[in-house]
Amino acid sequence: MIDFFITFILSLIAYLFLTASAGEIAGLWSIFEVVLGIVLSVIVSFMATRVLFQKRSYRMLNPARWIIFLIYLIGPFFWAMIKANIDVAYRVITGKINPGIVKISPELKTDLGITLLANSITLTPGTLSVDIDEETNDLYIHWINVTTLKPTTADICGTFPQWVRRIAE
Amino acid sequence: MGILLIVLYIFLTIGIIFNCLGSIGLLRFPDVYTRLHASTKNTTFGSIFTCLAVIIFSFYQLHLTQDSKFLVLALHTFIALVCLLVTNPTGAHAISRAAHRSGVMPKQAVIDQLKEAKLK
Repeated sequence: MIDFFITFILSLIAYLFLTASAGEIAGLWSIFEVVLGIVLSVIVSFMATRVLFQKRSYRMLNPARWIIFLIYLIGPFFWAMIKANIDVAYRVITGKINPGIVKISPELKTDLGITLLANSITLTPGTLSVDIDEETNDLYIHWINVTTLKPTTADICGTFPQWVRRIAE
Repeated sequence: MGILLIVLYIFLTIGIIFNCLGSIGLLRFPDVYTRLHASTKNTTFGSIFTCLAVIIFSFYQLHLTQDSKFLVLALHTFIALVCLLVTNPTGAHAISRAAHRSGVMPKQAVIDQLKEAKLK
C-alpha cells in the first residue's frame, strides 16, 4: 500500500511539474489540471508500482540521501565533468589516444548504486562503462588513455565509490 | 542586465564550443568506443550550458514581464536537462555494450579484459 502511495505522489509531482502555467491554484495550475493529474497518477501508479519497488527497499526515501546526492552532483561530479571535457577536447584536437578495456571491482552491492557509478564513470575523465558482470558487480571500463595494465578503482573513478556508497547503500 | 547578458553569452559560447568539439571528435576518432567518448561527454556538457543559458534568460524575462509562460519555459528546460543527464550516459552504455557483444573490438587497444573474460 505504501508503495502505491509513494508512486502516486511521485507521478503527481511529475505531472504538476510538466503542466505548470497560469491558473487558480497557487497561480500555477487550474483546478481541472490538478483533478486530471490525480486521476492520471492513480492510473500510472496501478501500472508502475511493481516496476518502481522491485526489491521493496525504502532507503531512498531518506531526504539526507537526496541532499548528499545534490552535493555530489554540484561538487565532485561537476568538477570531474569539467576535467573530462577539457581532456576529451585535448584528445580531439591532438588525436593522442591509447585505449583499452579494463576491469574494476567497485564492490557495490545494490543495483541503484552500480547504475549511478556506471553513469558517473561515463561522464567523467577518459572512461566509458561498457559492460557489467552481474554476479560480482565488476565493471568493464573503456579507458581512453591506459596508463597501467592493472588499475585500481581509485585510478579510474577517484572518490566516486565512496560517494555512491553514501548515497545509495 | 548587462552582467546577466554577458554571463548568458558566455554560457551559450561554452555550450556551442563543446557541442562542436563533440561533433569533430565523432569524425576524428578511429572506432565506436572513442567516438562515444567524444559524443557523450562533450554533448552532455555543452547541453548543460545551453540549458543554463535558457533558464537564466527565462528568469530574467519573468522578472521583467511577470508573464508565467517564462516560468514554464524554465521548468521545461530544467526537465530536459535532467532527462539528458540520465539518458545520455545510459544510451552510450547500451551502444558500447551492444557493439562489444556483436564483435566490434576497440582499435589500437593495448588491453581488452572484457574479451579475455569472455574467452574463459
